[in-house]
Amino acid sequence: MKAEQQYIDLFTDCEAMICRHSAEALNAPRAKAFADFQRTGFPTRKQERYRYTDVGKYFAPDYGLNLNRLAFPANPYDVFKCDVPNMSTALYFVVNDSFCQTIHPAAPLPEGVLFGSLKEMSERYPEVIRKHYGRLADTSKDALTAFNTMFAQDGVLMYVPRNTVVERPIQLVNMLRADVSFMANRRILVILEDGAQAKLLVCDHAMDDVNFLSTQVIEVFAGAGASFDLYELEETHNSTVRFSNLYVDQQADSRVLLNGMTLHNGTTRNTTEVTLSGKGAQLSLCGMAIADKNEQIDNHTFIDHKAPGCTSNELFKYVLDDQATGAFAGKILVREGAQQTSARQTNRNLCATREAHMYTQPQLEIYADDVKCSHGATVGQLDEAALFYMQQRGISLKEARLLLMFAFVNEVIDNIQIDVLKDRLHHLVEKRFRGELNKCQGCAICK
Amino acid sequence: MQEPNKYVKELTQEKYKYGFTTDVHTEIIEKGLNEDVIRLISEKKGEPEWLLEFRLKAYRHWLTMEMPEWAHLDIPEIDYQAISYYADPTRRKDGPKSIDEVDPELLKTFNKLGIPLEEQMALSGMAVDAVMDSVSVKTTFKENLMEKGIIFCSMSEAIREHPDLVKKYLGSVVGYRDNFFAALNSAVFSDGSFVYIPKGVRCPMELSTYFRINAANTGQFERTLIVADDDSYVSYLEGCTAPMRDENQLHAAIVEIVVLDRAEVKYSTVQNWYPGDAEGKGGVYNFVTKRGNCKGTDSRLSWTQVETGSAITWKYPSCILSGDGSTAEFYSVAVTNNHQQADTGTKMIHLGRNTRSTIVSKGISAGQSQNSYRGLVRVAERADNARNYSQCDSLLLGSRCGAHTFPYMDIHNETAVVEHEATTSKISEDQVFYCNQRGISTEDAVGLIVNGYAKEVLNKLPMEFAVEAQKLLSVSLEGSVG
Repeated sequence: MKAEQQYIDLFTDCEAMICRHSAEALNAPRAKAFADFQRTGFPTRKQERYRYTDVGKYFAPDYGLNLNRLAFPANPYDVFKCDVPNMSTALYFVVNDSFCQTIHPAAPLPEGVLFGSLKEMSERYPEVIRKHYGRLADTSKDALTAFNTMFAQDGVLMYVPRNTVVERPIQLVNMLRADVSFMANRRILVILEDGAQAKLLVCDHAMDDVNFLSTQVIEVFAGAGASFDLYELEETHNSTVRFSNLYVDQQADSRVLLNGMTLHNGTTRNTTEVTLSGKGAQLSLCGMAIADKNEQIDNHTFIDHKAPGCTSNELFKYVLDDQATGAFAGKILVREGAQQTSARQTNRNLCATREAHMYTQPQLEIYADDVKCSHGATVGQLDEAALFYMQQRGISLKEARLLLMFAFVNEVIDNIQIDVLKDRLHHLVEKRFRGELNKCQGCAICK
Repeated sequence: MQEPNKYVKELTQEKYKYGFTTDVHTEIIEKGLNEDVIRLISEKKGEPEWLLEFRLKAYRHWLTMEMPEWAHLDIPEIDYQAISYYADPTRRKDGPKSIDEVDPELLKTFNKLGIPLEEQMALSGMAVDAVMDSVSVKTTFKENLMEKGIIFCSMSEAIREHPDLVKKYLGSVVGYRDNFFAALNSAVFSDGSFVYIPKGVRCPMELSTYFRINAANTGQFERTLIVADDDSYVSYLEGCTAPMRDENQLHAAIVEIVVLDRAEVKYSTVQNWYPGDAEGKGGVYNFVTKRGNCKGTDSRLSWTQVETGSAITWKYPSCILSGDGSTAEFYSVAVTNNHQQADTGTKMIHLGRNTRSTIVSKGISAGQSQNSYRGLVRVAERADNARNYSQCDSLLLGSRCGAHTFPYMDIHNETAVVEHEATTSKISEDQVFYCNQRGISTEDAVGLIVNGYAKEVLNKLPMEFAVEAQKLLSVSLEGSVG
């Protein structure tokens, strides 16, 4: 049986149940998504977009889905202790795919800012959701987006009204909890009205040692002059599969920073599509991946320069050890009329062993002439001369390698605008390179 | 936007110089493609049984394939049954024995193109194999080369005279199952050049093939095979032109190169097929598979191409670096103007240890053309210490054209060092202003800048071609600066 069929059957059988436990705005696009998914099925490796990830293979096993929305008996505060210390945040939790309602954060958000369950919010503010939900995530273009749209029942809404500044970063912790192989389909909708400012940190954790598969679709609307930072940090384990599709639309003079960091994972596929639709928008898109064992990380980015005078800066760095596989495909499209575009893309990779594989595919597609575009990609090893220099000065080879690898990924960490998070990541990355990351004390994920 | 200046106007109106047709009686077989046509081609060429089998196998495989669609090209549907697969302007079964036997019209054609076929003109010192439509018209200097043991002749002749060599190497680099057009070519290929350089011989002159499509509604499917035995050296040039016609013509060739121990092959192309008119009507579809195998240790292969013609160009001269210590280079200038489309680049497959490759690609797009670079650098598990440097720059002249880069890097060995750099820009006003200040007119300044931009590649061409290429560049390109 093909991998698609079990989900087509499941959806046909349970559509009523899925809809009953969700909200109207989320149910509206389901039928179209289902039709799109039936038509396309899961992407195969023959498709250029999914050359490096065999999607069907990951969906083929039998996963449990919580379509009935049974509450998971977890108090996140009890089990989760390795948050970012000293970080003054508003902290929220998502367990699997449901927003954790029971705990309210101590720090209140500015007036008019909404942060909470997508399902609940769409009952209270249906017009806001209806106006934005599914508008960027085109189900006909990506089967995984269609899949997510079919099954997503809840998620998170973040809404910042016009000219409102959310000073404190908001931290959202996604926890995967289950006793059996489990699938979670999450949805995040971020709306920043004109001139709004906010920072969001999303952390992924897997709490139980079972197979997890999560699909996630994030839609970000940045209004004119808005400013938004999104940090995504993945620290899961080797039997986790993550498919995340991030869609961003930027209006004039908006500024968006996206930073995706993969420290520990099983298989990860991140698709990021940013449309610069307003004049003078600025985008900074960074990513970092540290992988060993059989970990696999596939980042696919697409930046669409639609309007003139926009700037995009893209930087991705990979460190691959053991039998890890890394893939990076970055495309920059400069449309006709998008003059004075400045687009830069860099992808640098370190391969530490022979079994590590790296695929990189930096692409430029340019239809305007007054532009400055460049891309660069390298695959290589640590500099022998630098290693020798350090050894001469009494630094052991092992330590010297660590230092250089640390310096290598530091460029991405330095893009982080929150100092405490930066410190925390320095710490995490160092631990990661020393192989100590899964030895931290206290919480259940770190056994 | 500034008004196009006089110089620009002159140049944009410059006609395709080689667009004339030759009125020579040509034997063209019926349009269409089926097994009988293939048998007929094979029979006309008096081929041995094994080659017919090879063709039929390729044809049967081709039937199972579909036209690939991944290229960044907009290709109108091609009716493979509306093409005639064999056109013979010599009308002689065995080809001419001496210059007197060649139709004077044919000689005139090649003279017009500046290709010296007649012995007295051959003083220019280049051995030429001239191919019109499906048949090699004449190969010069053959005898002189033979003294050194070098075989330079048409493919049909090679099949007759040196069947063992052909059988050994034909299809060894580009198999008939390789891709859609390779399968088609393997089934219907007509003439082309065959070169064999024996052990330790340094070919004393440039070898050159000149391809010309003349007859209407035909396709050209030539096949070139170059074998450089141990410690040998050869420099090979290829040029092509076609008449101006309103309908599109298909050119699907295969070039295979085998480089053995310590041998070196330089392959240069100046491609100037008819690009179609300013409205994008007509022109040649140039879908070519070119690949070299650096089989021997320390072998070297260098591709240099100047692509100015063709309505659609779709080609990736590639290198398989299977010998330890082998080196490959790819230098390319691709110019597109008006409605031309090009999707070109290279593949460097590193299989052997200590292999090195360099890619320098310069794309220039003008008018409403689309110009893409597509390249693959692959380092296999056992290819220790592989080194690659790629650079691809695009220059945009005009706001309605496109320049694209699609590099792929697949790295499976931790000792590999692979670098890729790409930039896209237009001629900056600062540069032009600087030249203006120093008394150089805008027209000359643009010419200067473009030539300087392409120089890195043009310098790699042999003298004889460099001049032609430079001229070509100014005709097909500078005409569009505005």
